[in-house]
Amino acid sequence: MNAEPRILRTQAEDTFAAEYQAARARLPGGPGMAAARDAAFAAFQAAGLPHRRVETWRYTDLRALVRAVPPLAGEAPSDGAEFADPLPGLDRARLVIVDGVYRPELSDLSGLDGVAVQPMAALMEADDPRIGTAFARIDDPMVSLNAALMSGGVAIDVPAGVAIARAIEIAHVTTSAVGAYVRNAVRVGEGASVRIIESHVGRAGSAYQANIVTEASVADRAKVVWAKLQAEGDAALHIGSLAVTIGREANFDHLVLMTGAAIARAQSFVTFAGEQARAGLFGATMIGGKQHADILLSVDHAVPNGSSRERFKAVMDGRADGIFQGRIIVRPGAQKTDARMMTQGLLLSEEATFAAKPELEIFADDVQCAHGATSGEVDEDLLFYLISRGIPKAEAETLLVTAFLAEAIEGLGDEAIGEAFEKVAVDWLARRGNSANGTV
Amino acid sequence: MAAVQETVDQVRRIDVDQYKYGFVTDIESDRAPKGLSEDIVRYISARKNEPEWMLEWRLDAYRRWLTMNEPTWARVHYPKIDFDDLYYYSAPKSTKGPKSLDEVDPELLATYEKLGIPLREREILAGVEGASDRRVAVDAVFDSVSVVTTFKEELKKAGVIFCSMSEAVREYPELVRKYLGSVVPVTDNFYATLNSAVFSDGSFVYVPEGVRCPMELSTYFRINEKNTGQFERTLIIAEKGAYVSYLEGCTAPMRDENQLHAAVVELVALEDAEIKYSTVQNWYPGDKDGKGGIYNFVTKRGDCRGARSKISWTQVETGSAITWKYPSCILRGDDSQGEFYSIAVSNGYQQVDSGTKMIHLGKRTKSRIISKGIAAGRSDNTYRGLVSAHRKASGARNFTNCDSLLIGDKCGAHTVPYIESKNASAVFEHEATTSKIADDQLFYCMQRGLSSEEAVALIVNGFVKDVIQQLPMEFAVEAQKLISISLEGSVG
Repeated sequence: MNAEPRILRTQAEDTFAAEYQAARARLPGGPGMAAARDAAFAAFQAAGLPHRRVETWRYTDLRALVRAVPPLAGEAPSDGAEFADPLPGLDRARLVIVDGVYRPELSDLSGLDGVAVQPMAALMEADDPRIGTAFARIDDPMVSLNAALMSGGVAIDVPAGVAIARAIEIAHVTTSAVGAYVRNAVRVGEGASVRIIESHVGRAGSAYQANIVTEASVADRAKVVWAKLQAEGDAALHIGSLAVTIGREANFDHLVLMTGAAIARAQSFVTFAGEQARAGLFGATMIGGKQHADILLSVDHAVPNGSSRERFKAVMDGRADGIFQGRIIVRPGAQKTDARMMTQGLLLSEEATFAAKPELEIFADDVQCAHGATSGEVDEDLLFYLISRGIPKAEAETLLVTAFLAEAIEGLGDEAIGEAFEKVAVDWLARRGNSANGTV
Repeated sequence: MAAVQETVDQVRRIDVDQYKYGFVTDIESDRAPKGLSEDIVRYISARKNEPEWMLEWRLDAYRRWLTMNEPTWARVHYPKIDFDDLYYYSAPKSTKGPKSLDEVDPELLATYEKLGIPLREREILAGVEGASDRRVAVDAVFDSVSVVTTFKEELKKAGVIFCSMSEAVREYPELVRKYLGSVVPVTDNFYATLNSAVFSDGSFVYVPEGVRCPMELSTYFRINEKNTGQFERTLIIAEKGAYVSYLEGCTAPMRDENQLHAAVVELVALEDAEIKYSTVQNWYPGDKDGKGGIYNFVTKRGDCRGARSKISWTQVETGSAITWKYPSCILRGDDSQGEFYSIAVSNGYQQVDSGTKMIHLGKRTKSRIISKGIAAGRSDNTYRGLVSAHRKASGARNFTNCDSLLIGDKCGAHTVPYIESKNASAVFEHEATTSKIADDQLFYCMQRGLSSEEAVALIVNGFVKDVIQQLPMEFAVEAQKLISISLEGSVG
């Protein structure tokens, strides 16, 4: 613990304080919620914007990067219909959140029989005690900021034993240069099964800030597939946080695909709460230009007999910075844990960078834990092999990069979602190829 | 196999939590008054007959130190150190004036004999039969001063300077001024700055151009006095094409209070030079309840300044209550190489936070990290390492392997690697595993007639083999014994 008092606040931190004071009265929630917001904002103020001396944020110094603070989202100027479908051809139900507010009239809930979908704002008004519990033990200033400023989102309850065939998309749209603070909750009952897609898009060129916090629980023997597509507008700041607990014999497969935003951070906190549970955690980052994408993953094996597989791939072009920080924790007594984490960075240009910090923190002896990390460029031998067989260089490179990313995307184990996400990767590479050709 | 049997015998012979170097030498010593102030810094400098510039350097460091805070990022926990409750200088009374072996207090010689360190030239290093023709030059540091340095004359003939730091400051001021603080700057970190202000003794090695040092050099550090901090400072310079292998060992008496050891080691390798630096660290680790022991807060760094230079760190860490140590390489010269081989064994309540930094600046620089951590008892064992490639480090290459072995369910093993690449053509590979001794491995060995103790010793020796092989032979045997002693009481 660093108990150094902070005296100097940045201008951005001052603006957040002013915004919070101005918005405090109109933010949704009863008296309990209001007190929780005050406490959360106090926690944010005490810590300030995360900076490089905060270990979990060492590669994403928001104190330096966040100069301006847009106004809090009010009434949305549009319904977001003008944004192209980021996952064309994928059949799914859609819950649409525009500028931080759930919009039932824009959503499609067909095929979700038995699932309860509620606006988060309604739960806030009712001072629902479950809000925030998933993050109770996670100390993160940006989650605190969300807890103070959150305006809405959705709460999805999948009752015990219910299997939903149709995927459910939680679609986040930000339409203008505002600060959007979304809070979602997903609870999957015992033995239930569901596939969730979390998508994030927004206006290009607009310097909006999206801060999304999602609390999820996967009960015993439940099965969840959860894919996140971060394709925010190119000037956006995206901070996404997910905390999930996994029950006994449950299955949780999670993929994060990062390709949008100027500065993006996706943090996932996965806790094994029941034995014999299994998690597959995957990530694919594709960035170029001056983009900055940071993935933080914390896997907490708190009970024995859990198993987890982590595979994170990052491709950086232009002057982009890709970051992966992963931590596997094996608590005392969590014997027979089996955890393997792999992270790989592929640099496509001279000026791109990659940083990785794959950590193991182990307090039990009868475990199998491993991690691996690599960083490098496209393998010249492989490239030569393909070129020698008549494949043009650019195409050969695209093939190799696609294969590199596919290893992570396919890990999700859901064919339909996997295919749609792979298409996002292929499109990114095609755009990259085009722009490269354009400059030749 | 012989070594394995030796390990097993060693384990059998020694009772639980017996630290065999824990005796105290009863010798009269001169101590500086307790506490730290400018006056103490002046006292130390005056006692060492240092020139004015050295005193200024120390005072400057002291003033900087006053403005710094203790680092808190390592995974180690200990009560706050009261820096005013320590003695910063302690020297045996009998060691004034020029040193020749005959003038050294017999009590001191006996001490080193007891530790198995031969100070009489041409003596054989204990325990290494069959290696009797190999000779090792020793610099023996007792509390704050170097008591004797052997084989000086013979080394001088080869052009190699091997002496205590205090002597170097007086005799070779140009060299010391040129290189001291050039690898670890005065303000590098809290403990390095403290060391810069109050450093007592250590070794100075200078190997001139093209010279291959004719024998192994070594320093043996001993803390004897109560409540005394030891602040050794070592500087090794290998000129163009030179080669030197340097060994370091250390022990301390068993005492109930914690003692501070804050060393700084700087290595400079110029074009085509090679420095091999080996450490067997066996400071008193505290008793079985975690009482006492040395706080080992050390800054070690090598600078591969010239093209094709090479620096290799090998360490066996078995002692100390707390270890905070990251021998690093700055790979500045093109085609330079850095290596780090480490075995860290922790037992009882020991806390180890150790690792390395490989900073790739030059083109085609290569580094290799092999780290083996063994945690037993209630100890915590952390590997923390950084591998970075800067923009210009085209073709840089790193391979890292860090494995941890847990013995018992009350200990912790942690791996915290940082991998930072700013160059596309830099290729970094990192792998790490954590496991316990597998039951099927034990079963296999025992089925072939080994006892469970022997089986564990065999498997542990196999686990650390990659590192042991890098040690000079004299140390390899010693290291193997140490590992078994450290694990005593944790197996079976």
